[in-house]
Amino acid sequence: MGDWIVVPILLPAVMAALIVLAVRHDIILQRVFSITATVALVAVSLSLLIFASGHGPEMYALGDWPAPFGIVLVLDRLSAMMVFLTSLLGLGVILFASSEWDQRGKHFHALFQFQLMGVNGAFLTGDIFNLFVFFEVLLIASYGLMLHGAGAERLKAGMQYVVINLTGSALFLLGVGMIYSVTGTLNMADLVIQVANVASGDAAILRAGALVLLLVFCVKAALVPVHFWLPGTYANAPAPVAALFAIMTKVGAYSVLRVYSLAFGDMAGDMSWLAAPYVLPAALVTLVLGMTGVLAAKRLNSLIAFSVIGSMGTLLIAIGLFTPDAISAGLYYLLHSTFSAAALFLIADLVVSRRGQFGDSLNTAPRFHQSGFLAVLFFVGAIGMAGMPPLSGFIGKLQILDAARDSDAMVWIWSIILVTSLMCIVGFGRAGSVLFWKTASVEGEITVEGAKWPVLPVVATCGMLAALVALTVFAGPITDYLNGVSAQLFDTTQYIEAVLGEDALSLVGQ
Amino acid sequence: MEFLVASSIGLLTTCGTYLLLRGRTFPVVVGLALLSYAVNVFLFAMGRLTINMPPILREGVTEYTDPLPQALVLTAIVISFGMTALIVVLSIRAFLEIGNDHVDGRPVGASSEAGDKN
Repeated sequence: MGDWIVVPILLPAVMAALIVLAVRHDIILQRVFSITATVALVAVSLSLLIFASGHGPEMYALGDWPAPFGIVLVLDRLSAMMVFLTSLLGLGVILFASSEWDQRGKHFHALFQFQLMGVNGAFLTGDIFNLFVFFEVLLIASYGLMLHGAGAERLKAGMQYVVINLTGSALFLLGVGMIYSVTGTLNMADLVIQVANVASGDAAILRAGALVLLLVFCVKAALVPVHFWLPGTYANAPAPVAALFAIMTKVGAYSVLRVYSLAFGDMAGDMSWLAAPYVLPAALVTLVLGMTGVLAAKRLNSLIAFSVIGSMGTLLIAIGLFTPDAISAGLYYLLHSTFSAAALFLIADLVVSRRGQFGDSLNTAPRFHQSGFLAVLFFVGAIGMAGMPPLSGFIGKLQILDAARDSDAMVWIWSIILVTSLMCIVGFGRAGSVLFWKTASVEGEITVEGAKWPVLPVVATCGMLAALVALTVFAGPITDYLNGVSAQLFDTTQYIEAVLGEDALSLVGQ
Repeated sequence: MEFLVASSIGLLTTCGTYLLLRGRTFPVVVGLALLSYAVNVFLFAMGRLTINMPPILREGVTEYTDPLPQALVLTAIVISFGMTALIVVLSIRAFLEIGNDHVDGRPVGASSEAGDKN
């Protein structure tokens, strides 16, 4: 099974090159290749998930260079879950895009496969500099996807997106440099050992490096005060790309969880739980700000973008607690919020493409085609995002509230999560009534050519909503798996022994 | 040498950050380039400053340059070079489509220049 760990990175990489070199002139072939590759990726990542749930962490040494000298990929329960999530989301997005969106610009499928490669790589790597490289891969692909089909508004937002991420990359390198200068290693497992042994005079450099790195991850996760790029980017990106970007913020959250529970976790001595005092307050502010944005939004897409910020706040509240219960609750919410954000962006595109010149502005407009059916979809998606029963958002929020019971900040967490949920309900309720109900008060009907029953987009959107239903129905087994994930995260010895060999820790002790 | 390297990194970072905060795309692009130079030199210095030493680690050798930061810098240079090319093309394209070269796309005079919240 060990060799299969590299497949989620290799498969999209080879496929992207093949699409751009061999079949770039034929859109049908591109779609066939791209969808087949994504289906294969789902199959591979599912088998990796099943493997990881029955075994400890598994390591794959690239080029067979032994750790910590070479770069390693590590498959544990967390990374297997994230890769599976990515491939499922990717399948939905590629089905949606394959009806029409992929023809609005060039090389959509190739960029899409590169994006999957970068995201999977970031989840699987066990090396901090390699994490930087995969961040760059996924960002470079995302620049192309973000600007897909161009247009003035999109170029403006894209420009800001590129600038902020280039600055983020510079900071990432500074952080990695500082950490390397005092620990002499980039391998995450080796880092755990070296961080505990850093000379007291160098501790300040290590701390500074670790916090610069935290800032970079928070830029990716759109945490206040470095969230400003998200509303413009997500609201102006092409709909399938915005849906795919639902996983990009999660890459930031994953990195926070991975690096700060492993290298700066239990075994880090003075540096233990370094990120905890910063992440939790920032996440609380993020949640308030995101949901306030939901109330204030004048466009449907920015409404959804702000609800994504709010859901990142909720997720990072759970991660910021850094307790096993809170992390498994947070991961459940992560699965949920990825699918609900993606579903909402896809639904918004179906709505916008039928509203003609009214676009996604939240103004009263005449009726449009299939508004009854889309209203149902929007209603289900909004219930998911707001965290109302019976969908999985409710279970996720309930678990987070339950896990926060023992925290010092319990009053803050409970009151802010509950109040912002109400704000979210009001915001989505207002948007829904403007879009679907108030149309009755206006004469006439909007007719847009070619917007009949697009099979693939509707299937993809319903698939995303079905994933929310599946998360709710199978909440029991999923929670069991997630408890295993957080147990494994807190058992760092297991991870270190998988990467550096059985005797790594005993050698340090001598 | 430490003073020279440290102060040049500081100077590059200062200029880069200043230019990055300007409202027009050209200074921003130059600022990003300066910042990436600063980062590259910084990464180099992370393997400690040594002169005329081979980058080889062997039993019994005590004086050597750390080869790893050099490999890291190489990767970082390639990426930042590609990104600079991308952002130059992107800003030209944005200038042609939007009609001005402000990062936030506002026309001149409309509370622009440094008033960019993004």
